[in-house]
Amino acid sequence: MDAFLLQILNGLDKGSAYALIALGLTLIFGTLGVVNFAHGALFMIGAFCAVTVQRILNLSFETLDLTQKDFLGNPLKIKTPYIESWFGQDIGAAIIDWSVPLAILFAIPIMVLIGFVMERGLIKHFYKREHADQILVTFGLAIVLQEVVKYFFGANPIQTPEPSALRGSVDLGMMIGFQVNEIVYPIWRLVYFFFSVTIIAGIFAFLQFTTFGMVVRAGMADRETVGLLGINIDRRFTIMFGVASAVAGLAGVMYGPLNPPNYHMGMDFLVLSFVVVVVGGMGSLPGAVLAGFMLGILESFASTTWATTTIPGINQIIIYLVAIIILLTRPRGLMGRKGVMED
Amino acid sequence: MSKNDVTRRGVLKTGAIAGAGVALPTIFTASSAAAYVNEPTGGTVTLGFNVPQTGPYADEGADELRAYELAVEHLNGGGDGGMLNTFSSKALQGNGIMGKKVQFVTGDTQTKSDAARASAKSMIEKDGAIMITGGSSSGVAVAVQGLCQEAGVIFMAGLTHSNDTTGKDKKANGFRHFFNAYMSGAALAPVLAARYGKDRKAYHLTADYTWGWTQEESIKAATEALGWETINAVKTPLAATDFSSYIAPVLNSGADVLILNHYGGNMVNSLTNAVQFGLREKMVNGKQFEIVVPLYSRLMAKGAGANVKGILGSTNWHWSLQDEGSKAFVKSFGTKYGFPPSQAAHTCYCQAVLYADAVQRAGSFNPCAVEEALTGGDSSLPGISSAANKGFLFDGLGNGQTLYRGADHQCFKDVLVVRGKENPTSEFDLLEVVEVTPAAQVWYEPDHPMFAGGELGTCNPGA
Repeated sequence: MDAFLLQILNGLDKGSAYALIALGLTLIFGTLGVVNFAHGALFMIGAFCAVTVQRILNLSFETLDLTQKDFLGNPLKIKTPYIESWFGQDIGAAIIDWSVPLAILFAIPIMVLIGFVMERGLIKHFYKREHADQILVTFGLAIVLQEVVKYFFGANPIQTPEPSALRGSVDLGMMIGFQVNEIVYPIWRLVYFFFSVTIIAGIFAFLQFTTFGMVVRAGMADRETVGLLGINIDRRFTIMFGVASAVAGLAGVMYGPLNPPNYHMGMDFLVLSFVVVVVGGMGSLPGAVLAGFMLGILESFASTTWATTTIPGINQIIIYLVAIIILLTRPRGLMGRKGVMED
Repeated sequence: MSKNDVTRRGVLKTGAIAGAGVALPTIFTASSAAAYVNEPTGGTVTLGFNVPQTGPYADEGADELRAYELAVEHLNGGGDGGMLNTFSSKALQGNGIMGKKVQFVTGDTQTKSDAARASAKSMIEKDGAIMITGGSSSGVAVAVQGLCQEAGVIFMAGLTHSNDTTGKDKKANGFRHFFNAYMSGAALAPVLAARYGKDRKAYHLTADYTWGWTQEESIKAATEALGWETINAVKTPLAATDFSSYIAPVLNSGADVLILNHYGGNMVNSLTNAVQFGLREKMVNGKQFEIVVPLYSRLMAKGAGANVKGILGSTNWHWSLQDEGSKAFVKSFGTKYGFPPSQAAHTCYCQAVLYADAVQRAGSFNPCAVEEALTGGDSSLPGISSAANKGFLFDGLGNGQTLYRGADHQCFKDVLVVRGKENPTSEFDLLEVVEVTPAAQVWYEPDHPMFAGGELGTCNPGA
């Protein structure tokens, strides 16, 4: 039972990332009709926003320590972050410690801006082109973005640790009647799950309860009619591209402490996220979220020793296997609507 | 009136034959005048540095390239000479190799076997490289080694740790300075037993490819021989990015040690996940839970950050060593680039110097003469009684006395057991050497079961 619950939890946090990326993909597809293969790169750029904030906060001045030597035998250069000299060591260290949550504030405007530039500068020229053209150009863009990141940050993973107060694990089992240490789970993974749920709820609330959201939903249903009413739907869709970009970016910022960011992390998630979108149903926001969590949990169970010894390699194919089964039984995906991506 | 014999069919035939001749790679058409492939004829000799310049190991590849450039500079008489000053063989004079100035071309392996073979082939055929060296993956090393054997050039492997490189996939034209998985296990196991006891239950997570398999086999054999029990050994996909699903079952498996047979990004992520799950604070079977990383790299340790603190592993070389060779190399490299070299840089520098020295001593670039000089000697490592203890013995390149063994072209030298440093003084000061395991302790016979199945064969000069 404890192992079962642990895999559910693992699936939920893995599914959180899938759901957030798939949500952004669906927002873009549902509004602009673009299949955006650069969406994984936005997730990666979000993670590197956290790396950038961490580096900015760690900008330091050097002093020589004559009592210690560096690797060449010269006096050791001790680096002291400016922030510690300005605000005192304790406050400065605390600010650096919380660099990942602080990076959210940095990432939102940056990601929205990147989204705008991407949409206005490149993707809008491909609205009326075939989906194959859109895939080619956005995939190319993804490669360019990851190479740019690699040029500036290198190929190795870079640690962006969680705040020390949220480090380590918590005994969830004890809270629900299990024995000590039976269900222990990392705190940051729980934070990531709740963060994702909050973002997802926020997006749904935005679309459901604001006038802007209502117009966007109307535009998703019938763009032409909304345009005939004198509403500039294109501008709203561009804003939604920025929002989708910010969602992917925030997913990346908070993901950093789980697995250190590297330049190709976006590609690692991209294909799976597309499978999530297709399984959920093209253009369906609830479908994307549902499929994200469902496939995350299934993938988690497929990685257990029992599963891999029973069916070797199941951990690598489970998502695609489920996708095949669902598409055979429900060709439009779990919550897909008639007419979307259909001639 | 002259008779014209030129026919349309004849022109086509002649053109086809000439075209085929031009198109045929020079690799298969070595001039009959040359004794071997790419024999240098002018005042220069070209070496091919085949390293990952793109892909996940690009940083390691960049460090390898820095080391090669430094080696070329030293071979040509530039800089401070580095380890040429401490190398026991004094054949090299700082005037290139056999008086020919060393120049180089580079290729990008991308850490993909097919790309690595293509770039090596291009350097041999188009650039006339007489020797290929470099790489950060065993899959790549085995693939390129095979190509060099067919092409008739020498391959000096870079960072490759799989037993197979000098085991079942060994080749006469291939040589490895870097240590291997068996040596890691043999060096680590006694240290693990001494620190963690002999009554331990280990759980392995293993990267599912050639290096991971041999690493798991080696460390399992070494720890089980000391009394440890292996609870489970789970293969993880090389492409895996999140290991939480693999770590969670460890928690209640009854294991009190987790051995991560992972390298690169896999190691960084699996170790980070294991620490997040609180394994390091856990008490199991009345003992402190421990994590072991059999193959460490400083560049990768940097990626794992504070998670490496206190975790044991092994490494081929570390910049903090205080022998004269290591100090000379660190000084040269550090002065030129501003940071200390990695173990990948060290092994690549050594390979370039060892190749140059072998050519110099052989008096020829012929691969068969180079093989004879590099491994064909009768000298042996002291303290090891074995008929296979024969080859080229040298010192002064940072690992103490080292034997390039003739039987399989594997170097035997001291192996370092290291631990993640608790209080690093700089971003480079991540590992500390806890034991230098003597070569005799990591020695094995060429027919050891973990290395069985392949034939060294005979050298191929390509002509």
